[in-house]
Formats: sequence, structure tokens, C-alpha cells
Amino acid sequence: MEITTRSLWTLIHGMGFGALYLLAGSGAIAFLYQRFSADAPAAPSPGKDHLLGIYLAVMAALAWLTVLTGTYIIYPWYRAAPPKGTTSQWHLIGMEWKEHVAWLVPIAITAAAVVVIRYARDLKYHPQLRVALHGFIVLSLFAAGIAGFFGAMLDKNAPVEGGQTVQLVQGEKQ
Amino acid sequence: MSTQNTIPRHDSALVPNGPGAAAILAAGIGSFAVAVLTVAADKSALVKNLLAIYKPTGALSGVTTASIVVWLAAWAILEWRWQKKNVSLRSINIVAFALLGLSLLLTFPPLGDLL
Repeated sequence: MEITTRSLWTLIHGMGFGALYLLAGSGAIAFLYQRFSADAPAAPSPGKDHLLGIYLAVMAALAWLTVLTGTYIIYPWYRAAPPKGTTSQWHLIGMEWKEHVAWLVPIAITAAAVVVIRYARDLKYHPQLRVALHGFIVLSLFAAGIAGFFGAMLDKNAPVEGGQTVQLVQGEKQ
Repeated sequence: MSTQNTIPRHDSALVPNGPGAAAILAAGIGSFAVAVLTVAADKSALVKNLLAIYKPTGALSGVTTASIVVWLAAWAILEWRWQKKNVSLRSINIVAFALLGLSLLLTFPPLGDLL
């Protein structure tokens, strides 16, 4: 089984960092809801607050890794040779939106992570901060969803073909 | 954005809401910077060339780098101003989400092209 280095990078960027971020996002919303809902325990263990902060910090790291690999490693290949044909319109609109809207994600989720880490247990006394946290996480998921959708829809044949071949698995010789 | 030192606060709230408000509003400002610079680079060849600080990525490198600088600078200034204050967080949330919403819209090429 072989894969080109360009294909490997797009896998790391999209199916690695990006997809993990999208999966983690729904978990963060559930975590926040569980932590601050009306029937949540009045005095949960301090570890839960720390865990939420760590969880969001990991999400922020994933978001930064996604946009940095996307912008500085993969995007130059797309700029070099936009494929002609039925998918060219996707590239005109989709790639242009994706490349910019994705940068809203790390900004929003970093702010959310810092607020949770800084306020920790005190967050229960700040309902408007919790509203902002929920909003930032939902909005970052929406922006990441747009970027992921267009990433999946774009024709990757032209940009990701090329580079050295990486052999992942070698079958036995008969 | 007016700050209100006299907003009643819960006795148990140890950290004032100012630092949280600073993070939220700065994120709105940083996101809006991405949108404004994206439209500016699209409209002006001069801006586009100025923002192409890393040639393989083109103007996107400058748009995002400048936006990060704006975001962090706004955050540092707001943090410095509000770190020991309680501010009207509801109005700050409204402004921050309006900026984030506008950023989503303006980065969508057909809408950005209308400007």
C-alpha cells in the first residue's frame, strides 16, 4: 500500500486534525451542558473544571494545527494548478471561502479555552460568559464544518498528486 | 464600549468578568479583521501584493498573520483595561457575535464581491 507525501499531508490535515476537531466539538457542547445545566451538581469535583479546560485547549491546538497545515503546506498546491472542468466553480467559491472562514475557528476556540481555564469553577457565577462559550463553540463548529465540507467536495486529483511515494504496507511476495 | 464598575456581582464571584469580556470581544475583532482584510485583498491589487508575505500561499499569509496581530493586540489592550473590572457583558456578547456573524458572511465570496 502506497501513498504520496501530498496525499499523506491532506489526510493528516483533513482526516486527522480537522475531523478530530469536528468530533471533539460536539463533545465540548455536551460537556458544557452537563457541567452547567440546572440539574448539575452544585459542587462538582474541581477535576471536572480542569478537564473541560484541558479539553478545549486540545481542541484549540487541533484547530491551529489544521489551519497552519492547510494554509502553509496544502494550499500552495491548490494555487499552483486549479483543475479545469466541472469542479472549477467549487474551487472559485469553495476554496476561497474555506481558506478564510477556517481561520475563525482557532480564534474562537482559543478564546473559549482561555476563558474556561481562567475562570474554572468561578464560571458558574458568570451566565453571560457561559452564553458566549456555547456560542463560540457552536460557531467554531459551523465554520469548521464549512471548511471540512468544501475540503471534501473539491477535486483533489490535481493538487495532491505528486511528491515522493510513502510505502505504508508491503505485501508478501508469492 | 462603556465599562460599568458598579454592576452588582455575586459575592462568590472571585474573578471579575472583564478578562473574559476582553477575550470574547477580541475574538470578534480578530475574526472581523480576517473578513475585512480578505475583502480588501480581493478588491485592491496593491493590498493583495502587500499581504503576500509568503509567496507560495499568496495574500492569505498576510491576511491571516495581520489578523492574528490585530486579534492579540486587541486582546492585550482590552485585558489591560478591564482586568479588574466588571463590564456589561451582554452588550459585549452582542457586539462580538455580530462581528463573528459578519465575518462568516463577508468571507463568503459572492457576498464579499458585492461590496
